Amino acid sequence: MGQGGFSEGVTHVPQYEPVLLANVGKPESHTLAAYQASGGYTTLRRVLREMAPAAVLNEVRRSNLRGRGGAGFPTGLKWSFLPADHPGPIYLCVNADESEPGTFSNRVLLEHDPHQVLEGTILSAYATRARVAYIYLRYEYPLAMERVQRAIDECYAAGLLGQNILGTPFSLDVYIHRGAGAYICGEETGLIESIEGRRAWPRIKPPFPAVEGLFRKPTVVNNVETLACVVHILQRGADWFRSIGVPPAPGDLGDPGSFGPKLYCLSGHINRPGCYEGPLGLTVRQVIEEFGGGVRHGRKVKAVVPGGLSTGVLGPDQLDTPLDFNGPVRAGCLGLGTAGVIVLDETYPIVEFLYNSCRFFAHESCGQCTPCREGTRWALDMVRRIRAGRGRLRDLDLLAEIGNSIGIIPGTTICGLADGAAWPIKTVLTHFRDELEAYIRSTNPTGYAVSEPVPALDGPDGGPATPEAAGRKAAVCAQTDVLRAEMTSAALASPAKEAQASHPSTAVAQNGPAPPASSGLAASPAPGRETSGG
Amino acid sequence: MPIAYIDGQPLEFRSDERLNGIEAARRLGIEIPHYCWHPGLSVVGSCRMCLVETGMRDPQTGKVAMLPKLVPACNTPVRDGTVIITQSEKVARARAMVEEDLLLRHPIDCPICDKAGECLLQDFHFRYGQKERRADLRPFTSRRRDLGDHITLFVDRCILCSRCVRFVREVAGTSELLLVNRGTHQEIAVLPEFPLNNKLSGNVVDLCPVGALGDKRFLYQQRVWYLKPHPGICTRCATGCSTWIEENQDRVYRIRPRENLAVNRWWICNDGRYDYPHLHDPRRLVQALRREGGSWQEVNSGGLVGELGERFRHCGRIGVALSPFLAVEEAYLLAQWARGLDPEALLVLGPVPVVGQDERFPGGFVISAEKCPNRRGVEEVIAHSMHRVPAFEEAVQAAEQGQLGGVWVSGGYRHEWIDAGTAERLARAPLVVVHDLFPSPLSERATFVLPGAAFAERDGTYVNRNDHLQSVRWAIRPPAGVLIEGRLFWELLGRPGLYQAEAVLRELAGQIAYFRPVGQRPIPETGFNLKVYLLAEAGQGCQQV
Repeated sequence: MGQGGFSEGVTHVPQYEPVLLANVGKPESHTLAAYQASGGYTTLRRVLREMAPAAVLNEVRRSNLRGRGGAGFPTGLKWSFLPADHPGPIYLCVNADESEPGTFSNRVLLEHDPHQVLEGTILSAYATRARVAYIYLRYEYPLAMERVQRAIDECYAAGLLGQNILGTPFSLDVYIHRGAGAYICGEETGLIESIEGRRAWPRIKPPFPAVEGLFRKPTVVNNVETLACVVHILQRGADWFRSIGVPPAPGDLGDPGSFGPKLYCLSGHINRPGCYEGPLGLTVRQVIEEFGGGVRHGRKVKAVVPGGLSTGVLGPDQLDTPLDFNGPVRAGCLGLGTAGVIVLDETYPIVEFLYNSCRFFAHESCGQCTPCREGTRWALDMVRRIRAGRGRLRDLDLLAEIGNSIGIIPGTTICGLADGAAWPIKTVLTHFRDELEAYIRSTNPTGYAVSEPVPALDGPDGGPATPEAAGRKAAVCAQTDVLRAEMTSAALASPAKEAQASHPSTAVAQNGPAPPASSGLAASPAPGRETSGG
Repeated sequence: MPIAYIDGQPLEFRSDERLNGIEAARRLGIEIPHYCWHPGLSVVGSCRMCLVETGMRDPQTGKVAMLPKLVPACNTPVRDGTVIITQSEKVARARAMVEEDLLLRHPIDCPICDKAGECLLQDFHFRYGQKERRADLRPFTSRRRDLGDHITLFVDRCILCSRCVRFVREVAGTSELLLVNRGTHQEIAVLPEFPLNNKLSGNVVDLCPVGALGDKRFLYQQRVWYLKPHPGICTRCATGCSTWIEENQDRVYRIRPRENLAVNRWWICNDGRYDYPHLHDPRRLVQALRREGGSWQEVNSGGLVGELGERFRHCGRIGVALSPFLAVEEAYLLAQWARGLDPEALLVLGPVPVVGQDERFPGGFVISAEKCPNRRGVEEVIAHSMHRVPAFEEAVQAAEQGQLGGVWVSGGYRHEWIDAGTAERLARAPLVVVHDLFPSPLSERATFVLPGAAFAERDGTYVNRNDHLQSVRWAIRPPAGVLIEGRLFWELLGRPGLYQAEAVLRELAGQIAYFRPVGQRPIPETGFNLKVYLLAEAGQGCQQV
């Protein structure tokens, strides 16, 4: 899905020349030869020859580059937290564990232009004085794995990695560490724990990774796209970088602005899903119309996720929200996130979106902090019950309470996963509470007003949780019955042939009751799920 | 001195102290509830029960700048000017939320849970929890699986605080426990073929804040609210761990570690933890016996003291084996008595059982190879009279060669401690008294067999391998017929009134230099190190010279 968009004629916003995706789509773009043919590694050669690490850091700091992984922390500032005279080693971790639903920009870069990322990695390691870099690569990206490893091998062969890079005293080794499919490994300290070979339980901070990170040494963790930006900042200068995007909000001294190019990932009910490049600060409407070619079947937008599932949703009246680091926040979302835009059209039931979101975060919660582990699960249980037609209006209040109480912003968890789980719940309730209430009233006309605790959906009286589970359970019951019947008949000394005749599988096919009809809704997968696999 | 403010109360602390919010609040008597934090384990900050509001007080202006979000007190270092608020609406809501969350999938099977009554989840629910259940009702679940020989896991009760996992990694160093799966599917588990059988495994039951980890020996034996805890000292080895001896109607059901940072910190080994069944062993000696010809005659305790005194007064040279299981006071009184009858009495140290090597654990815990509690104390008592510490073998040889007219052997051993050959040699003496817990080859050959009291039944003072002295009182009454050591020796000496270990300790502190520090200060619950004070005294002496 990610590749489709850019290869079939990209509609760029006018007056914007792609930088990060410049090589993508060219033949053999993932090879060293192709990268060098379009000027690759000239920046590295120049920087290693002409600039001191401190000057590189300064240039990046001056560019106001903010991390592209989701939180938008200023990269130069992050690097400057490293202790100045540490004897080493200092580590650089490249966060390529792109798991945010609706996000696949890192995948495009890693699969089609891995050398751009590697050049950024080498430059960043030079600036941070790191001598070892780990690329933490998401398990589900086998092609990226192959191409990045090949790019690393090419670099070693060409003297761009290893001892004394390009004849300078600077040395760097790069290793790929492949994840095992957990969302939490994208959290920087979870990633560090995972590289160390442990369970990816995010660490309690302080100490921050810049002081005590990988193997208890100073560590910088940067996103793939961030490192790709570093190449262009050093190639064209910080001033060029600051000429793109949105300047800081006037009067807000703490705002470093939203400068530079950005990869927007479009998915959901849209005509041309894909990964597109534009300056930071395009509006949601621009992105949908100009990049995505509008909503599919000419329908209206119902809701838009601005930056990956965890940022929450925007309502249909908020399509002019600019996608910079402040825009979604002002519109009531968690933030810009990864700029993974997911579009839901007007036909899509919001309860399905909520269910899919809750299921994702309950599944991915690492289980360390009580409020996240239990809160995400509680929310999922309630939404599942609502979806199955046994919701209560009170559940919406409880969902709102969970949404408002878990996460690092209220301070109740160690990492931001719970915030990511909370924001979709909160924003859906803000924009679509009427729809949910109507759904509950119509599907549970006798019980919607109950405020006493009710049996859980998977309780003894509640029946199975989903139609599929109901089918499974019915099949198991049928099978058990058959086996029981078989044993009884065998006990009654019936001939062996008869026992063979009632083979469980045939019997199930004959006797197994059809799964009960679903609750009136087509169980179509929500976009979050479609895109989470990239 | 730096000052922190907790709920408005100032707390002064030394600048070299490293306190977290929980420890600092505790000093002011303010409870910050917590599950995952334990002073002996690393900080993970994951249960989120200890959330508080914090800020810094500007020393110049006195203004307090508060952080907007809640932080876990366990990971909040207390510095000069730190402000902690535990009594706000926000904190109360956070605590209620965590309590509610933890009870969402908890079976709430308190009526059949061993932990009920001392369960943090239960206690905190009543103190900080929600008034009503708002979550869906769930069926009761109770999955149980054994983790090792002593430990069983009630899977559904676990609140995933990871204390046990950290304990086996950081203190025991054996790492048997791990967490499997993710999110709410997470469970404590052991790998196949690697059960939780390390020698410190019992501690995970004490660490568990809920009833998830159960001790199979204690399981369903007794409700905890019937148990009366008494401070005790483990007599299993020369480490001398501080313990709680928990009994109901003179029956010990459980032994648990008592915090003592100088000795055992928060832990005890399984040997000490399961050291109570012998107290109630039916094979114990409970009747004083006298050999008459080939048969045993019961002696009633009324005439016994007089008879023993009479026999020893006229027997000739006396040999006394002071067992390393005796308390200091008991050894002292027995030595006094023997020396009073015979100034040349031979005092020897009873056999010192040694098994294997000291076992050291990464967390600093040591199980001593020397399996007796008070070798150091008894040695000093003997050395006071003899100016040396003769070994047990010396008394055996003397008895064999007919040099001893009467021998008194004190025991207290749980296991076989003397072989038939040695017993035979020792029994050459015409008068042999054995004061012990269990029958032994020596008691079969003795003139008098006296039933002794076990460790939980006696008052007394013990000195461990590192000269750390601790005093305890009895926890249970011994079986009827037992002659409690201290009391018997007191009566043998013909002293007036009742035996009081404290008074005897003060008396011997005045006579034996090694115990001098005891007479000068009260003994804290956790005891103190004699070496430290003796060295300090010696240092002062040098300075004065």
